[in-house]
Amino acid sequence: MSMAWSIRPARVPPRAAFGELLRTESLIVVRQRSGLIVGIGLPVILMLIFGSIPAFRKAETSLHGLTLLDVYLPVLVAMSMNNLGMFGLPPVLAGYREGGILRRLSTTPLPPSWVLGAQLVINFCEAVASIVIVLVLGVAVFNLRAPQNPGAFVLSVLLTIAALFSIGLWIAAVARTYKAANLISSAFFYPLLFFAGLWVPQPEMPAALRHVSDFTPLGASVQALQSAVEGPFPPASSLLVMAGYALVFGFVAVRTFKWE
Amino acid sequence: MTDVSDPPRTDVVVDVTHLRKCYEDLVAVEDVSFSVAAGEIFGILGPNGAGKTTTVECITGLRRPDGGQIRVLGLNPQADGAELHELVGVQLQSSQLPGLLRVREILRLYRSFYRDPADVDEFLETLGLADKGNALYKSLSGGQKQRLSIALALIGRPKVAVLDEMTTGLDPAARRATWDLIESVRDHGTSMILVTHFMDEAQRLCDRLALVDHGRIVATGTPGQLAEQAGGGKRVRFVPDKPFDDEQLTALPEVTSVERHGKHVVVQGSGQLVNAVISTLAAAGITADDVEMESATLEDAFVSLTGSPLHDPDADTDEGALKKTGKLVRR
Repeated sequence: MSMAWSIRPARVPPRAAFGELLRTESLIVVRQRSGLIVGIGLPVILMLIFGSIPAFRKAETSLHGLTLLDVYLPVLVAMSMNNLGMFGLPPVLAGYREGGILRRLSTTPLPPSWVLGAQLVINFCEAVASIVIVLVLGVAVFNLRAPQNPGAFVLSVLLTIAALFSIGLWIAAVARTYKAANLISSAFFYPLLFFAGLWVPQPEMPAALRHVSDFTPLGASVQALQSAVEGPFPPASSLLVMAGYALVFGFVAVRTFKWE
Repeated sequence: MTDVSDPPRTDVVVDVTHLRKCYEDLVAVEDVSFSVAAGEIFGILGPNGAGKTTTVECITGLRRPDGGQIRVLGLNPQADGAELHELVGVQLQSSQLPGLLRVREILRLYRSFYRDPADVDEFLETLGLADKGNALYKSLSGGQKQRLSIALALIGRPKVAVLDEMTTGLDPAARRATWDLIESVRDHGTSMILVTHFMDEAQRLCDRLALVDHGRIVATGTPGQLAEQAGGGKRVRFVPDKPFDDEQLTALPEVTSVERHGKHVVVQGSGQLVNAVISTLAAAGITADDVEMESATLEDAFVSLTGSPLHDPDADTDEGALKKTGKLVRR
């Protein structure tokens, strides 16, 4: 059953059903704990650690006068979205399919696509929560500059979420099991984070690497976020790269996603 | 494929005609026709891999038939899915639920999908899960999980419920409790299709049933009719309080033979055998004690109709793996 034709709006279940879905799916996230730690906790903990290292708070000429912490702020923001897109969405959805949960739901008036919708909403909220905590910590505790171009910052965040969640949905579409989804997600997770500059900040990457980074979703994301923090509107190329990933992976995911 | 389009009868809730479904080169279901009347418990009984699950998957809209026609409450499962799902509750074989949700939360969630659902607390009571409302799904026993799964099929107060292998893996006490539940739901007017490979379950619960083997229906009827078709007839065993002459019983049209084993008398026959024997004895002033009756079982019927036992000891327990069992008819 492909997602494209199984959404039949002929008779929609009571709207309260979506509320109940959000409620139960959030309960699962909270009770699982590991999801919350990976999705929200990890970037926050890294922010606290990096912020406490004096060397991270010294302006560097190699970083055009920025501190390492300045450079890491967008990386940590991008990281939280990466965590959720790779480990929040795909294993849960693949696991639901593997366990027959989506199949069972397809025998009720609830369209299984609503489960997907609820997952997207919950992971989106987790991402926003994580980003807000990281930003508040950075600005209020470690005296980082607040994003000078808030509109561009929000746009960059939304595009990053669109790109990463689309990749996550695609992984959920191709992975047959929970374990497979976790494996494929890991294969994406670390390279994406590498090009985002978690290990080598973008300004310090060799030119060739930097060039590749610009064309990865998270590399483009960090570039756009960094720009929005400093003030100028992000380069169109970085926004287009993210939009491109969102469209391509989103399209393929919708075409290939199976409910059973 | 002939298209039998009888005028819709109001008392027929499920009507299947000449259903056919293939998986690649395997014919899983071939020329299956039956109908289920309102308020009826209809059984589909057969060994693993016989095509039972495939048949109900077509009825519930999970699979697209390759031939034949299906009407459920006048709806076409493929075209009218949204309407159908409101009216038909389905319990699937081996489908899990999120382990970190509590029983009450799962029931509340599924309840919210329907327009006119049952009450959660009342339901927990009926299910014997009243004290498990706050238990996490993953902490439930197999029997409790199974009962919850049945409950989810019924929470929307469906007109028709389809239950696939609902007591597989349950201990005897849990099975009997489940049977009681099914009967009470039927008494509230829900028609049911039960898929099972347990003949005692079919005999106890089903008003009528279809015996299926290798994707085809080999016989349809009440459990009694099917058993009689097997030719096994009935047997009454009792202890009379006074001696009597065998001829008093052998003269009855229902009786085929009378044997004595010590103080026990064993009468073989058919039809209303028990009534005939007891009333004849009573008329002669004889009381029958320790009366036991045995009928030819569905198992006997199945063996005599298909030439193979219902329970294949080597059979894979998961019908989902039917392609691997190689028990299907090759096209």
